[in-house]
Amino acid sequence: MTQAQATPRMPIESGCPDGFQYMHPVMRRNFGQWKYHEHPRPGVLRHVAYSGEEIWTVKAGTQRILDVFTIRKLCEIGDKYADGYVRFTIRSNIEFMVADKNKVEPLINALEEAGFVVGGTANSVTMISHTQGWLHCDIPGTDASGVVKAMMDELIDEFRNCRMPNRVHITTSCCQINCGGQGDIAINVQHTKPPRINHDQVANVCERPAVVARCPVAAIRPALVDGKPSLEVDEKKCICCGACYPPCPPMQINDPEHTKLAIWVGGNHSNARGRPTFHKLVAAGIPNNPPRWPEATAIVKRILRAYQQDARDWERINDWIERIGWPRFFELTGLPFTKYHIDNWRGARNSLNASTHIRF
Amino acid sequence: MAKKIHETPMLDELEKGPWPSFISGIKRLRDQHPDERIRGVANDLLGQLEHSYETRKGYWKGGTVSVYGYGSGVIPRFSEVGDAFPESREFHTLRVQPPAGNFYTTDMLRQLADSWEKWGSGLITFHGQTGNIMFIGASTDATQHFFDEINEYGWDLGGAGPCVRTGMSCVGAARCEMSCCNEQRIHRTLLNRFTDDVHRPSLPYKFKFKISGCPNDCVNSIERSDFAIIGIWRDNMKIDQDAVKEFIEKKGRQYVIDNVITRCPTNCMTLTDDDRIIVKDEDCVRCMHCLNVMPKALHPGDDKGVSVLIGGKRTLKIGDLMGTVIVPFMKLETEEDYQKLVELAENAIDFWAENGLEHERIGEMIERIGLVNFLEGIGVEPDPNMVLHPRQTSYVRTDGWDEEAEKWFRRKLEEKKQAAAG
Ligand code: HEM
Ligand code: SF4
Ligand code: SF4
Ligand code: SF4
Ligand code: SF4
Repeated sequence: MTQAQATPRMPIESGCPDGFQYMHPVMRRNFGQWKYHEHPRPGVLRHVAYSGEEIWTVKAGTQRILDVFTIRKLCEIGDKYADGYVRFTIRSNIEFMVADKNKVEPLINALEEAGFVVGGTANSVTMISHTQGWLHCDIPGTDASGVVKAMMDELIDEFRNCRMPNRVHITTSCCQINCGGQGDIAINVQHTKPPRINHDQVANVCERPAVVARCPVAAIRPALVDGKPSLEVDEKKCICCGACYPPCPPMQINDPEHTKLAIWVGGNHSNARGRPTFHKLVAAGIPNNPPRWPEATAIVKRILRAYQQDARDWERINDWIERIGWPRFFELTGLPFTKYHIDNWRGARNSLNASTHIRF
Repeated sequence: MAKKIHETPMLDELEKGPWPSFISGIKRLRDQHPDERIRGVANDLLGQLEHSYETRKGYWKGGTVSVYGYGSGVIPRFSEVGDAFPESREFHTLRVQPPAGNFYTTDMLRQLADSWEKWGSGLITFHGQTGNIMFIGASTDATQHFFDEINEYGWDLGGAGPCVRTGMSCVGAARCEMSCCNEQRIHRTLLNRFTDDVHRPSLPYKFKFKISGCPNDCVNSIERSDFAIIGIWRDNMKIDQDAVKEFIEKKGRQYVIDNVITRCPTNCMTLTDDDRIIVKDEDCVRCMHCLNVMPKALHPGDDKGVSVLIGGKRTLKIGDLMGTVIVPFMKLETEEDYQKLVELAENAIDFWAENGLEHERIGEMIERIGLVNFLEGIGVEPDPNMVLHPRQTSYVRTDGWDEEAEKWFRRKLEEKKQAAAG
């Protein structure tokens, strides 16, 4: 019996730490007193405070899953070329803040030399926000980091430049729960077959009433299978969402063949111009094709190209489609419009066209 | 290394291309790390991941692992193919709460990396989608040691399971001229009031706070959090007419007409013949568009505060929901103001804890019982800012009308008095 076990250490419930201690002194001094910002080049922001002080930010993309060598490399750059203060954006880009304008160029060079990618500001395609995937989640239908790495390889020029009409936020999710969230473009797992049930295990592993309650369409019911308590699925009702799988792993939803990817567009969290919007389904049945998922990337690039060519300045993807209409969106992207695009979930009627506003 | 290195032909494909490769990072740990344990973990992790790529299936399962005194914060991961990949057989994730705005010094990052290298896999994600620093890959034993070590120098676990989760805030007032509130203070005040509910899951389901300094909502709080706090102002926006002129000189009149004036969702802007911008502020919905286009010329007003929207969440179970307005505006200046915000959160959580079904998010509960029942439950009066438009169907019982109308007039009178006094 070790000491630790005899008198376990009680946690210090300090909760969320104080952020001010990690803030650049210029930011601490001018907290809440910023006047405006400029965007001198992709990846660089210059913020000016009412006091006249300024802070420069250099933003860089990384692989998100950082090994300690990479973290130390970023810290080394942060000490040598910046002022030792960094932050991460919610899309996992790292930002280095410096007070001295003259540090900006050398900092950019050091980052690029070390293999990081400077950009991701304003009307660029910034880093794809992603989830855990096969690397460390227990329910994924695909890998998240791999999809993102493969896609960013092809979108890197759009990360480095600001050639889009407005910013583009892409997200991915590796199950239909969608921790990746809403996106201008979202690439999400879409299952196409009901779960396959391993009846030998259900009674041991699953809390059956809880699993029954989890199903959004009440397709699951308790059943005796070969004399053992198990569950069965009404396959006509099942919408293949996979919600039963986390509480009951014997209800295997992932399938090498039938787990597909779907692409959604027009999610926008901002209140700018219109109210926030959820993304909408535009393409499904895309093969889940590791290691580089070329089919998904090709569709993303096709959508981006149409948006880039056709949208006006400041239009996010949802603004653009609202102006041009969905018929034209499908025409410009060459994607098929099918019966699956017509919603039948609750509130679906609000998405039908109750007017003669028809596009020709 | 004594052990055989797993072949990873599929993962090797992800080392190609110009974007930084997480596979190369894991290989660095496998090939170059001085600690044999980390080399072994990285090797088997790559082996299992390659196996996933080949078979298109995941091989992690959950379980129960926690640190002493807490019921959440660790995501247990046990391998289903641990015999083939024994050294990463236990690969738990620790969720650690970052400061609001995700600020770090390089010294602190190094210290965290040092601790993690001692106990874990050497892989860290900044950050998970909920907002935690995710330390991915610790054995069951190491989990406690690692937590003890970083807990001593100021870091605490986030939530997992049916509890208050780690919060998320934008960079905000620290660097952004759009910010209308103190995200740092709001974030810490709320999260640290509910520390117990973060560490000991006992709510119907998860509950997330997110804070954005302005309606640009950079942390997606309306779409992704149960309780969204968004900075906003209620007086007139500030217009620097010299900066407007400068902007027009640089970008042209047409640009301003096409990209600012005609893009205002409420048509409340005019460009005068002598190149001034005039805004009818009572029509402005604070959407931020014009400020985003002309950050040097247009600024939020001085009478700042926050709006609170409740009920956002993603798909499971009834479909995606956005948060909806519960408090159109409240000041956040005095200690008392902050206390009011805390009370609102307490009331919302308490009411939901009592009335929510198991596994039902607060937004789903509101959908089920109706907004009015929720408002009455938490003691908030109805306000026209809560709806896009009033009721459309006549199927409603209105026999309490006179009383309710009376309440409205009394409230309005009181507001007037307060405005006059303040
Ligand atoms: C089986 C179990 C699950 C695991 C292991 C898991 C894991 C995770 C992880 C690691 C994150 C990022 C967390 C962070 O930032 O620290 C996350 C976020 C998220 N999870 Fe899960 N999750 C699970 C189940 C679910 C379920 C059932 C839902 C649906 C209700 C869900 C919805 C989400 C959402 C929406 C986010 C993003 C949240 C945000 O934007 O704040 N997850 N999940
Ligand atoms: S999207 Fe689903 S599979 Fe992917 S990390 Fe989130 S919960 Fe896991
Ligand atoms: S996959 Fe979804 S719809 Fe089908 S049984 Fe499971 S929970 Fe129900
Ligand atoms: S939400 Fe507003 S205040 Fe916060 S970072 Fe975004 S623009 Fe700035
Ligand atoms: S903030 Fe939005 S609503 Fe207000 S004036 Fe500007 S564009 Fe119009």
